[in-house]
Amino acid sequence: MARNVSTQRKIVVTVVAWTIGILIFFPILWTFLTSFKTEAEAIASPPSLFFFDWTTENYHEVQSRSNYFLHFMNSVVISFGSTLIGLIIAIPSAWAMAFSPTKRTKDVLMWMLSTKMMPSVGVLVPMYLMFRNTGLLDTRTGLVIVLTLINLPIIIWMLYTYFKEIPGEILEAARMDGASLSKEIIYVLTPMAIPGIASTLLLNIILAWNEAFWTLNLSAAKAAPLTTFIASYSSPEGLFYAKLSAASTMAIAPILILGWFSQKQLVRGLTFGAVK
Amino acid sequence: MATLHTRSAARLMIAPSVLLLLAWMIVPLAMTIYFSFLRYNLLMPGMEEFAGFSNYSYFLTDPAFFQAIFNTLAIVLGVLFITVVGGIALALLLDQPMFGQGIVRILVIAPFLIMPTVAALIWKNMFMNPVNGLFAWIAKLFGLQPFDFLANAPLMSVILIVAWQWLPFATLILLTALQSLDEEQKEAAQMDGAGAFSRFIYLVLPHLSRAITVVILIQTIFLLSVFAEILVTTNGGPGTQSTNLTFLVYAQALLQFDVGGASAGGIIAVILANIVAFFLMRMIGKTLEA
Repeated sequence: MARNVSTQRKIVVTVVAWTIGILIFFPILWTFLTSFKTEAEAIASPPSLFFFDWTTENYHEVQSRSNYFLHFMNSVVISFGSTLIGLIIAIPSAWAMAFSPTKRTKDVLMWMLSTKMMPSVGVLVPMYLMFRNTGLLDTRTGLVIVLTLINLPIIIWMLYTYFKEIPGEILEAARMDGASLSKEIIYVLTPMAIPGIASTLLLNIILAWNEAFWTLNLSAAKAAPLTTFIASYSSPEGLFYAKLSAASTMAIAPILILGWFSQKQLVRGLTFGAVK
Repeated sequence: MATLHTRSAARLMIAPSVLLLLAWMIVPLAMTIYFSFLRYNLLMPGMEEFAGFSNYSYFLTDPAFFQAIFNTLAIVLGVLFITVVGGIALALLLDQPMFGQGIVRILVIAPFLIMPTVAALIWKNMFMNPVNGLFAWIAKLFGLQPFDFLANAPLMSVILIVAWQWLPFATLILLTALQSLDEEQKEAAQMDGAGAFSRFIYLVLPHLSRAITVVILIQTIFLLSVFAEILVTTNGGPGTQSTNLTFLVYAQALLQFDVGGASAGGIIAVILANIVAFFLMRMIGKTLEA
């Protein structure tokens, strides 16, 4: 009897949760579906959910009209570039702070985090002028520099919390067993550090890919990543729902998939380790 | 360890990050402060002159400024209310045993991974558009007049869009916190005869309080600077009805080319954010000791 009640309850919970989940996800599903419709079907009334003539025409159109691939590659270069450079700078720092902390380490960490609290708009004017005067405006290099700087504190923090979990005793044990320094690094430290580095990489690529303040303000055409490119659909072109949907689907799909694989890291990274 | 990481080696390893962040924090901010005391318009180059506090007084007496402050707070509080209440409800729901929990979680998290410009444009065009949007179709289905969201309720529309993006964040963090609640405690409370409601008030909510604080503080930092969603939907309008402080400073700088005025606005935004940051830093600082 008790078992029966709990199964019933489970079914009710399942139905409610799935309904809410689908409702929350619906705008994305709708965009995905619309991207395969013709423009006429996209605004048809009543709208059709699945039963329409599926076409991939919009995807060709988006590419041929506006060189979508260029903007996609800009996004790739900017997000991966800023993440990799950030990691190269951050790994030694986080490593040193995790394994040979001083009494000021905590203050340094807190201070680094505080730079993240500065609202971007507070430095918009000088950044814009500096970029204009140095020719960095609308270049991939410029955007990589800015995104590296704004995400560096998060990278250091995430790495720090991961490195902190590597037990120092293991190193001592390895040394007792006669491991040389290079062996120690290759066989003991690296394997333990890699999962943390990978999660940090993943989260930061997501953040950089979706960053939409500096990319919108500092890029226009040739270096525009997808955030800026999609923003150009805000007026009249946005009325072409099917093309907007196709462009959007391609822009969000890679990150959606990456994000689903890194749910746990998302929580940890975005709360600076405060919630695990 | 001592051989590998002598103190000076450690310093050397930390130095690049510290120097970069120091430069990033000080140089542009100092320039903003400097500009904020100048009469400096990009349309009139070479005419810069010291202006004292006139940029600040211009900003602080501009009716658009108060509207922007109000809108900024409305966005922060509106989104916080929706996401925290909704997030707690959703987290409680997702914590129950069910079929396909993993898939539901994936569905719920998705909006957070969507870039802001895409999220805003999807809502603006395909849902809120008064002619072709889905909401208009639903309204007509019930024989109602379609509602022009972005023209008649611009601020509310922006709040809805931003809340949709941040609800997953709150849910995910609260769910993570909820899952660390000791199952035995819940059972003990149940055996002592505590009903579902009092279990929630006296056991679950206190357990979640830390996570809720983290959600509120972190979201506030981001919500103070909502920008892309406004840019692509309402462009701050109609008038300044959906202009927040970030958007006002952007408009002053890159549309009016008023470097001095925009800088003063930027400094005000920095001060506002610092007040919030102060509390956030203390919160995170505590967790470092734990």
